[in-house]
Parts: sequence; structure tokens; C-alpha cells
Amino acid sequence: MTTLLEFKNVSKQYGHDTKALSDVSFAVKEGEFVSIIGPSGAGKSTLLRCINRMIDASSGEIIFDGANVMDFRKKELKKLRTRIGMIFQHYNLVNRLSVIENVLHGRLGYKSTLAGVLGLYTEEEKQQAYSILRILGLEDHIYKRCDQLSGGQKQRVGIARALVQNPKMLLCDEPIASLDPNASRIIMEHLKNISSSMGITVIINLHQVDVALKYSDRIIGVNKGRVVYDGTPDGVKTNELQSIYGTDFGKTVDEQGGQHAG
Amino acid sequence: MQADFFAKKRRNSFIYFALLIFLTWGAITVTEYDVIKGFTSIPKAVEWTFSNFYPNEKAMTKLPDILKTLVETVLVSIAATTVAALFALLCAILGSNTTGINGIFSSFSRAVAALFRNIDVAAWSMILLFSFGQNVLTGYFALFFGTFGFLTRAFMESIDEVSQSSVEALRATGAGYFPIIFQSVIPASMPQLLSWILFMVETNIRHATLIGILTGTGIGFLFSLYYKSLNYSSASLVVIVIVAAILIIEYISNYVRRVIL
Repeated sequence: MTTLLEFKNVSKQYGHDTKALSDVSFAVKEGEFVSIIGPSGAGKSTLLRCINRMIDASSGEIIFDGANVMDFRKKELKKLRTRIGMIFQHYNLVNRLSVIENVLHGRLGYKSTLAGVLGLYTEEEKQQAYSILRILGLEDHIYKRCDQLSGGQKQRVGIARALVQNPKMLLCDEPIASLDPNASRIIMEHLKNISSSMGITVIINLHQVDVALKYSDRIIGVNKGRVVYDGTPDGVKTNELQSIYGTDFGKTVDEQGGQHAG
Repeated sequence: MQADFFAKKRRNSFIYFALLIFLTWGAITVTEYDVIKGFTSIPKAVEWTFSNFYPNEKAMTKLPDILKTLVETVLVSIAATTVAALFALLCAILGSNTTGINGIFSSFSRAVAALFRNIDVAAWSMILLFSFGQNVLTGYFALFFGTFGFLTRAFMESIDEVSQSSVEALRATGAGYFPIIFQSVIPASMPQLLSWILFMVETNIRHATLIGILTGTGIGFLFSLYYKSLNYSSASLVVIVIVAAILIIEYISNYVRRVIL
């Protein structure tokens, strides 16, 4: 499989002395399902947002599909973002609009300014949005306003909005952090399914180590802006978790680590 | 230690209280205000109001004139508010943290909004009196400037509060600036914006009366005209009409608010 994304010595500095990322290097192959785990404030969100330049990295190279995204100008950047879908912890939908309108927002990157302003979508785009919503089990809620949906349903709308972009890659920023276990499982299963059946590369930030180990092809552990683990889920044992989360990680990890690594 | 803490608190309260008494007493002495006479004159004032300040039959013949100026005043207030709202929306979008173009413009538009907001509409009408004279335009622009300043600030805050997250999401899809504004910012913040506009229409109708007295236009002018010519019954009719109009407008705007929110 070809390499889709590569980080080469990427650093990000806020102000003078706060380093969010330092010297991060890793590569992601096409179709891979990669989880990034690490404590809060380790730089997971920053890392994710550097890929589609919602945050600009300070130094290094980020190669996506053969081109360095750090060199992109405004127009190329827009084009890059259309090919990368993004999913957020708080869904980031327009709550007062209907499900279908929110999903179609994913097409705005492909439109002229005028068509975008007026919200003119073609018949195919609407059909595509509908079929994606059907895959995600939301066909009964198409015309409902998003503020009437549950958290899990809202997140599925978020996924649909990303998928309607026809992305090569999905960036998920803690997509299940605000959801109950059942809704979390549904979301993770959909994401896994998207990755395997549509061949879309998925990079996901997670707080739940057990979930990360269960669904991922690969785990990247981040601590204090550095990659401290990069490998298969099988390789994640107590030692590795302690290097990611710190030695204070405690007994619960022994149990969890033993359970999943075993 | 603890006893000290409470003693200190008591002492502080006592000092504040003493200071307040001293200030009140000082103000009364300086202005030579007779407190007892002030309060005893209230019943007299009420008595006078009831014996003179009520509309009689002759006053009712003025009703068509009064209603005409009332309509004019209300329309001027609405026109000033809606036009100001349009400019304020533009300024707020360009200046808010979420959708602003850059820091310089954002501070500039905040500064302009603060300046226009902090000059009261009454002060605006006096300033504008010089350039426009006793004209309906003076009142219109006084309301316009005050409203513009207030709404710019209110809109900015509503936009930042409501649409930050969805703006981030749409930027991540590669959508351009204007599609983001029209597809996300405006739909998300519309109820708040409308609510602020309705609030401003109400406030402006109240202000317009006062400004009318200052600038010699509208229903405020009619009131001061009747009052100064000792035609108290007609003046009282003007007051009643204004109060009724304000209550009706408030009822309508509350209804609209309930429907849109």
C-alpha cells in the first residue's frame, strides 16, 4: 500500500516557550485506521489540525498525497480541505438547520461562491447525501432539525457531512468523548466500516485506550508533543502505556492493559 | 483571629454606611432641598394631574393629528433600527472573533461600536441638531447612530457565541468565506439577531418621543407644543397614546420572539 500521509520533523510552537509538538515524524498508509492516544494537552488535537492546516505547524514537512501541505496557498489549501473530512467532539453542526442541510454543507468546498452562498445543490449531491444518511441509519430523520437529535445521531450527521465530501482521509477529534458507551460503539463501528469498505484512511484522537486498541490497525502514542509509541495495538502493554500516560497511570491500567494486550 | 475577622467586617460596613449618610446629607444641604416639602408635594401633584391632566372632549378632536405623528414616530424608529441593523450586521461579521478578517479591522470596528454606543441618543440628537436643524432627519440619524453602536456589539457577541463551532467545521470542509457566512453564521445566529432588533425597535420608540421633544419633530414635539400652550388635556392624550403604542409594540415583539425562538 502507498503512503498517504507523512510527517517529517513537524514542530508547533505557541508563543515563545509552549511547544505543542516537537519533532513529530510518522507515516500513514492508504486505508489505515490509526488511533492517536495520549493525555489531555499532549498535542493530539494540534497534530490532527496540522494535517488540514486548521492550525499551521511551525516547522517540518507534512506530505499528503505526494505534496507538502505547508507550501499550499489559499486555493490549494481549499482543495486539500475538500479531500479531508473532519469530525469533532461537539459535532459542530448548525443546530437550527435540518439534517440534510447540515450534510450538504460538506459539498460547499466544491462550489462557486455564489452557489455556496445561495445553497444551490445538484440533484446528484442530494442523492449522495441521502444514500450516506441511509448507510448511517438516519433516513428517518432527514428533515428533522439537528437540535432534536441525540448526541449519537448528531455525530452520525457529522460523519455524513464529512463523507459527502468524498474524502481520501477522515480526521476525527475525540468523536466519542461526549457520548454514552452504546452510542460510542455505534460511532466506532461506523468509522471502522467506512475505513474498510470505502478505503478511506481514518486518523482518530481517542481518550479511551481500550477502544483505540480494539478498532485500530495502528496506535500512535503522544506525550508532551512527542511520539512515544508508534506500532500495532498488540505491542501496547503496561510499559508502553506508562510511557504515554506517565508512570502514575495506576492499577486500572494494569487490569486494562493486561486484558487487551493478552 | 476569627473574632478579628468579623470585627473588621463590621467596622467596614459601618464606615460605608456612615459615608453614605454623609454624602446624602451633603447633597441635601448643597442643593437646599427640603425633604419634607418634597414628599408632601406628591399628593398635591397627583391631585393636579387628576384635575387637569386628562383628555377631554376637545382633546379628542386632536386625536387624528396625534395618531398621525405617532405613526410617523413609530415608522422613523423602525426605519432607523432596521437600516442600522443592516450596517451593524456587516460590521459585526467583519469584526467578530469567529468571522473577522483580521485583528486590525476587528479592533477598529469594536472601537467605532463603542464610540457610537456610549454617546447617548439624546446627546446624538443635540450634536446632529447643528447639522440638520429641527428636522425629522435629526431624530432619524440620532436613533441610527445609537442603534448602530449597540447592535454591532450585541451582534458580535451573538455570532461568537453561536457559530464558532460550525464555522470551524465548514472551514475544515474547504468552504469559502461567503458560503460560511450565509450557510452557517447567519442561520445559526438569526433568532438572537432578530431578538436584538426587536428589543432595539422597542427602545427606539421610547427614545423617539424624547428626541422629538429635543428636535421638534414627531409625537414628542406635539406633546411639548400642547404642554407649553397649557393645553394639558391634549398633552395627556398624547401620553396615553404613547403608552398604548409602547404596550402594543411590546406585545407584538414578544409574540414574534416566541414564534422564532
